[in-house]
Amino acid sequence: MGGHLNINHLLFLGHGALWTIGLSLIALVGGAAVGFVIALARISPLKSVRLLSAAYVQIVQGTPLLVILFLGYFGLAAIGLQTSPLVAAGASLTIYVAAYLGEIWRGSIQSVPKPQWEAAEGLALSRTQRMMKVILPQAVRIATPPTVGFMVQIIKNTSLASVVGFVELMRSGQIVNNSLFEPFVVYAIIAAVYFAMCYPLSLFSQKLERRMGRGSVNPALA
Amino acid sequence: MSIELDFPAVLERWPNFVGGAILTLELAFFATVSGALLGTLAAVGRGTHSRLIARICKVYVEAIRNTPLLVQIFLVYFGLASIGLKLSAFTVAVVALTINVGAYTAEIMRAGFEAIPRGQIEAAEGLALTRFQIYWHIILLPAVEKVYPALTSQFVLLMLASSVCSQISAEELTAVANYIQSDTYRAFETYIIVAVLYILLSLVMRAGFWGLGLVLFPRRRQLGTPL
Repeated sequence: MGGHLNINHLLFLGHGALWTIGLSLIALVGGAAVGFVIALARISPLKSVRLLSAAYVQIVQGTPLLVILFLGYFGLAAIGLQTSPLVAAGASLTIYVAAYLGEIWRGSIQSVPKPQWEAAEGLALSRTQRMMKVILPQAVRIATPPTVGFMVQIIKNTSLASVVGFVELMRSGQIVNNSLFEPFVVYAIIAAVYFAMCYPLSLFSQKLERRMGRGSVNPALA
Repeated sequence: MSIELDFPAVLERWPNFVGGAILTLELAFFATVSGALLGTLAAVGRGTHSRLIARICKVYVEAIRNTPLLVQIFLVYFGLASIGLKLSAFTVAVVALTINVGAYTAEIMRAGFEAIPRGQIEAAEGLALTRFQIYWHIILLPAVEKVYPALTSQFVLLMLASSVCSQISAEELTAVANYIQSDTYRAFETYIIVAVLYILLSLVMRAGFWGLGLVLFPRRRQLGTPL
């Protein structure tokens, strides 16, 4: 039992919070890059590409992130790579985020009204031109609110990286708790910090949604 | 860089895997039932005329939706212990998952309630239905029918999220995997098997909800068409 919560503990937690943000950004950037490819592959004219990307999404969305993290952590070791928790967590989160962002963006691309596709085709634009000049600019607008909303999920999910030993906010909370043994106080502080990071994003996502005039229509219903 | 996989060494522990999978399903079942109730109550609460109740429900939903499940589980685990309640890890896991999925259910149900046309409720009032009858027949049942796909995918996500309960040593599938891998030193194989089992479980749940939907909503119309 090691005394009371002091400024050093809080600094340590702050350091962890910075790593939570860092890991979230890694997951967002990596997941966005792979997710974009997944989204395009899901609507590819080639059936085999569609099937492969659909299988990827189904497998990742059917597996808990915790198991994906363990697979990343032990899998990279199994093929003989020296892994740090950062690499394992970053790679696993990228795989996970890509499946969800890919589906969100596929939905956004497909919800661009059909006549837009037809008009672009009628103007003899190639498939690449249609995508880049007509469809994607409109899809980005549709995709923004759910993507910002999903960033909340990314931040929350980085807490699971603590189980492979990555010292982000959750893990630093556990370490502080090991010296203080005041779990309720420590985890309440951790929860408050996560809330402070996530709530503004949630509000921003809701605001964007309202501005789109689409109300709170659930994508699963559309 | 060669991978040597030895699945038989891990697969001979299949009774443990099956036991873990069953416990995961049990966790998901109890949390789904109680979370659906809690979430519906919270959604109704957010729509009441009482400012205070609406406010409490909103704080609950936002607090849960903006913090990680892992933190919530630890808070419930140590919180219940600190007020002297000694519960099994399984019970704590069900309580934490219920609180968690309740908040998400509340948001989905609220969207369902808002999708009920005002005229339907006015018509019901005109036909002199009681408040309870209106809530049950005109608001709740059609709302559930509308958001059923969103609700069920939330419950499948809950089953997957229950893996986090391994951190408070509830003996569900992921906890079993952690135990087996530390026993056999075959971590990669163990987690591959567990991933396959989770995919199977989510397929089973999806199929179950699809069947349940057919029974519950026999006059199922195409989504998006008016009632």
